[in-house]
Amino acid sequence: MLDDKYHVDRAVGTMQDNKITAKNVQVFYGETHAIKDVNVAISDKTVTAFIGPSGCGKSTFLRCLNRMNDTIDICRVTGDIHIDGEDIYDPRVDPVQLRAKVGMVFQKPNPFPKSIYDNVAYGPKIHGLAKTKSDLDEIVESSLSKAALWNEAKDRLHEAGTGMSGGQQQRLCIARAIATAPEVLLMDEPCSALDPIATAQVEELIDELRQSFSVVIVTHSMQQAARVSQKTAFFHLGNLVEFDDTDKIFTNPQDPRTESYISGRIG
Amino acid sequence: MNAHISSAYDRDLEGITTLIMQMGGLVEEAILRAANSLANRDVEMAEAVRKADEAIDALEEQINEEAARTIALRAPVSKDLRTILSVLRLSASLERIGDYAKNIAKRTSVLVEMNPVPGADTALRRMAREVEQMLKDTLDAYVRGDAELAEVVRQRDQEVDQMYNALFREFLTFMMEDPRNITACMHLHFMAKNIERMGDLTTNMAEQVIYLVTGEMPEEARPKGDKTAFVVETG
Repeated sequence: MLDDKYHVDRAVGTMQDNKITAKNVQVFYGETHAIKDVNVAISDKTVTAFIGPSGCGKSTFLRCLNRMNDTIDICRVTGDIHIDGEDIYDPRVDPVQLRAKVGMVFQKPNPFPKSIYDNVAYGPKIHGLAKTKSDLDEIVESSLSKAALWNEAKDRLHEAGTGMSGGQQQRLCIARAIATAPEVLLMDEPCSALDPIATAQVEELIDELRQSFSVVIVTHSMQQAARVSQKTAFFHLGNLVEFDDTDKIFTNPQDPRTESYISGRIG
Repeated sequence: MNAHISSAYDRDLEGITTLIMQMGGLVEEAILRAANSLANRDVEMAEAVRKADEAIDALEEQINEEAARTIALRAPVSKDLRTILSVLRLSASLERIGDYAKNIAKRTSVLVEMNPVPGADTALRRMAREVEQMLKDTLDAYVRGDAELAEVVRQRDQEVDQMYNALFREFLTFMMEDPRNITACMHLHFMAKNIERMGDLTTNMAEQVIYLVTGEMPEEARPKGDKTAFVVETG
């Protein structure tokens, strides 16, 4: 479907290769209307940042993209979300398969209480991505390398992942997420528990991952959004207020609500 | 524009604006006093203008430091960022205008020793007043965030250019009439050129104000009135 694969980006006025297209997305938690009619097209091989104050719906919307909200009983999602033109809320879509394709990294590093090797090998194993042990070894090495962790981890692959530093654990989680060869990587405040050096390492990594994936990152740090993303979406009270090129958002936003938020004003 | 959550941030930005206005006030005064010292053959006033330039330079330095501090500590974005970028350019332009005023004052000290060229002093004073008014309006536009007023100033520069053209021809005529006028006319011509350049710098400042308010530099070419580069002959 041409409509879902491409759209005219009004902000830049060009045709872009869209990875994810969301149309009229509404999310309800019981009676609460958490996401109000969000329309957005997320490009492939691009880092898109979602920013906004707490409770604005940015994480909720992020979690719609790999159906993580399915796990919440009172949560109801309506509207269309297509990835590569495919409706991810189609009843025939297996959420587990979807989440292999749309990986996720969370705020707090949450490695499994297993070895570094097993943390990374777990996904490929259950999805049957490796036929032999050497296939699996290769996936583990390349995932750890992509996550810029191989040099630090190669001599301790069989030690517990939980024994690593916070920054290393987060990069381990990223390695785990990319081990299943996803196409989209969702990151929910991946650096908020990290020190500035680990943050810089993860940001550098995000920039490299952009070569291979579409990355969507939720962050409370405006500076981080400015540093790592090419596109920025500003959410406020469940609405997508503004979506534009990151440099536009940070130099000359069009909506006064965006302006107030990013420049730290009351309003 | 709403206030920042951090009120100290607002105070920092207001502080920088105050410094720009102070600097602008000193520069306006320098322009008028430089022109008056010529018209009144007042060497003391000319000397005072030269002295006062130090205060203008000191303010520029202070503004640069405050702007650098704000960038380092507040990481300004959006309009705040444009404010900081603008004050840096505004202060640089003001400093240059101050230098031109100082140069006029220096030449005045030399000119008082020579025979006056009829009409030149008054014409230069009129030109200086026009530029001073443009500068005043630009600073008002800056403080009020008034892009329309800044655009009006931007268009007004061609009047200054025309005054300069007229003076240029007049000085040429005087010099051809009597070579003894050449030294005085050369000095007067440099003064006229200085004022014309002040007008250009003021126009740049007005464009900076438009950028600050709208987020975009004005694109369309403004009317240019300085045609003296093409003068080959005069009657």
